[in-house]
Amino acid sequence: MTLMPTEGTSGCGDCSVTTSNRPPTALTIGGASAPIALIGNPNTGKTTLFNALTGYRRHVANYAGVTVETARGPLLGGPRQIELLDLPGTYSLSPISPDEALVRDILTDPKAELHPAGVLVIVDATHLRRNLYLVGQLLELNRPVVIAVNMTDVARTQGLEIDCRLLSERLGAAVIPIVATRQATLAPLRDALQALVDEPRPPTPSVALPAVGDRTPDDVQARYGWVDAILVDVLRRVSPARVGWSERLDRVLTHRVGGLAILLAVLFLVFQALFSWAGPMMDVIELGVGWLSATTESALPAGLVRDFVVNGLIGGVGSVIVFLPQIALLFLFIAILEDSGYLARAAFMLDRVMRAFGLTGRAFIPLLSAHACAIPAIMGTRTIADRRERLVTILIAPFMSCSARLPVYTLFIAAFIPALSLGVIGLQGLVMFAMYLVGVAVALPIAWLLRRSAFAGAAPPLILELPTYQWPKLRTIWQRVSLACLSFLRRAGTIIVVMNAIIWALGTYPRSPAAEAAVLQQASTEGWPAERVEATLAFARLEASCLGRLGHGIEPVVQHLGWDWRLGVAVLSSFPAREVVISTLGILYRLGSDVNESSAGWDDVLHGARHADGRPVFTIPVALSIMVFFALCAQCSSTLVTIGNETRSWRWPLISFFGMTALATLAAWVVYQVGSRVL
Amino acid sequence: MKLASLPTSLPRKVVGIKSGCATAQRLMELGVIRGLEVEVLGRAPFGDPLRVRLGTTTVALRSTEASLIEVDE
Repeated sequence: MTLMPTEGTSGCGDCSVTTSNRPPTALTIGGASAPIALIGNPNTGKTTLFNALTGYRRHVANYAGVTVETARGPLLGGPRQIELLDLPGTYSLSPISPDEALVRDILTDPKAELHPAGVLVIVDATHLRRNLYLVGQLLELNRPVVIAVNMTDVARTQGLEIDCRLLSERLGAAVIPIVATRQATLAPLRDALQALVDEPRPPTPSVALPAVGDRTPDDVQARYGWVDAILVDVLRRVSPARVGWSERLDRVLTHRVGGLAILLAVLFLVFQALFSWAGPMMDVIELGVGWLSATTESALPAGLVRDFVVNGLIGGVGSVIVFLPQIALLFLFIAILEDSGYLARAAFMLDRVMRAFGLTGRAFIPLLSAHACAIPAIMGTRTIADRRERLVTILIAPFMSCSARLPVYTLFIAAFIPALSLGVIGLQGLVMFAMYLVGVAVALPIAWLLRRSAFAGAAPPLILELPTYQWPKLRTIWQRVSLACLSFLRRAGTIIVVMNAIIWALGTYPRSPAAEAAVLQQASTEGWPAERVEATLAFARLEASCLGRLGHGIEPVVQHLGWDWRLGVAVLSSFPAREVVISTLGILYRLGSDVNESSAGWDDVLHGARHADGRPVFTIPVALSIMVFFALCAQCSSTLVTIGNETRSWRWPLISFFGMTALATLAAWVVYQVGSRVL
Repeated sequence: MKLASLPTSLPRKVVGIKSGCATAQRLMELGVIRGLEVEVLGRAPFGDPLRVRLGTTTVALRSTEASLIEVDE
């Protein structure tokens, strides 16, 4: 889904959050001093813990021009108000990716905007040794620290026993065993955090920290020596290790043949389900919108006001919110794939394919989530260590068919692709899948080109953790889906309403009494029925309006793509956000046709649209041409702004915009020219 | 012997790592130092990358990265 720069959703790899553009006022919030930073290795349950401690109240702010992906939220249930700061997952304070560099900077630079008063570090009990490496680095900073040992329950089932009291003595800091998914285990942690704020004191490890840097193998070896000294008698194996269920699952799900087949089936099912499962819910919304506009129409007196409310507001917004169920489903599927750990496996299996185009499997994760929205995906590329790979991934992410394209596809597929089915596979779902493939099929060769021109360089490395599988957590999933839906509705209520009002006004003014008089004159001499008079009048008004003149200006160009001038105007108007095209189409074709009822379904509107000579505007080649255009165009101002922020240059958003628009126009032209000769 | 050429399901101890790049640095930070038990768990559909267990951590590594790690015979 496309987003305005001031608000939206952010994937940040492990959780989706709404962002607000509030400027940083001060580090004090509600009387509390600097926040406590929550850090930890990736896949330790950090975000789960953050949500559990803050009651799912997180908000992300943009700081000083960069969108810092750090969520903040109040720590609940304590006498003092403490703010928790969720930093990106990191394995080490010697960063190799922009994400990790951010964590290092915030923790080590006292002048950093979010420099915390203390640190809560979460460690995974099942990977204690690796996690303590980061703890060691942290203790060297000599800041107040609390250590939460998560997944102690899983460790126990694996036959591991951890002596947290001894660990606390050795580290000279509070160590609290927790299960982040169980509130009851978190009370001691809350107390420890309160104590940390009340009496901040630096850690006093009983095993002396090695006085080393970070850059040589000996440094790392020395620090692991320290970790091993800490772990003596702290970590005990009480029963022999066995092959876990996660590994057994992996033998099937990442199988060289079976795994790939399962992955393709999963992806195909997701896109098929988008079409078939959302249908009934969409019908309900469409009925509701139809009822609302019919009721309004009969309640208000005829005239400009009614026209605006019914066509401009209800018709426009209604035509967009119909797609809410699909957007919810898409975010649901991606959240499940990611939260369960399967997405990392998909990245593993597809690495070889991505390598052919100069990327790694790691790039697959933001690219898949770009199918929901390019903006969190582009921000999610911060986990990619290699600069060139990261930039290429950013530039091709907007080619993935995001949820804002979904309404366009759905609309035209439902209207023009017959609902045939080949067994369980529907033709409409198949065309939808093909539209998603168009984006991928164009993006990968472009990545290849970029990796051989502007971003030529050695193949980037791949080190990708495959976390233990877990059941997707209901609340995390719910949080992501609901935030995505809210953000979509908010946009429908703001930018789309504004664009609708503008389009409606431009399509209504200036009026041309002369043209209207001419129509009435002709009608009375030829004795037209009232309906035809009304329709012809509406069309004459539209043609005389600003929009009509603009449309006729661009018609010589867009007619080669099979579009009439109204379609051209609709595409122009959707520059701020792709979904706008839907409401503009709704307004334009209702204004200038005899389907002047906004309660009329999309089918009637599209099939009823006529050229001046009476030919239908929409045919299958036209529908394909417009879909392909939207698959490849860069009609999303927020994405362009995000590209600018993340690449720190104005060049790349401009190149993206003009390059993608040119490509989209060319592809739409080819599709129409070929389609109108073949079909 | 290099980890990249180790057969599947044959745990071995790390005897050395070819340092000097960010990749090696990160592997070491993940615990790949002398004495760590590592194992090739499987290979991706097209033969590469490898699914590798480094101590308790499962990661995907390309042959290039896995070749940095030297294991005992």
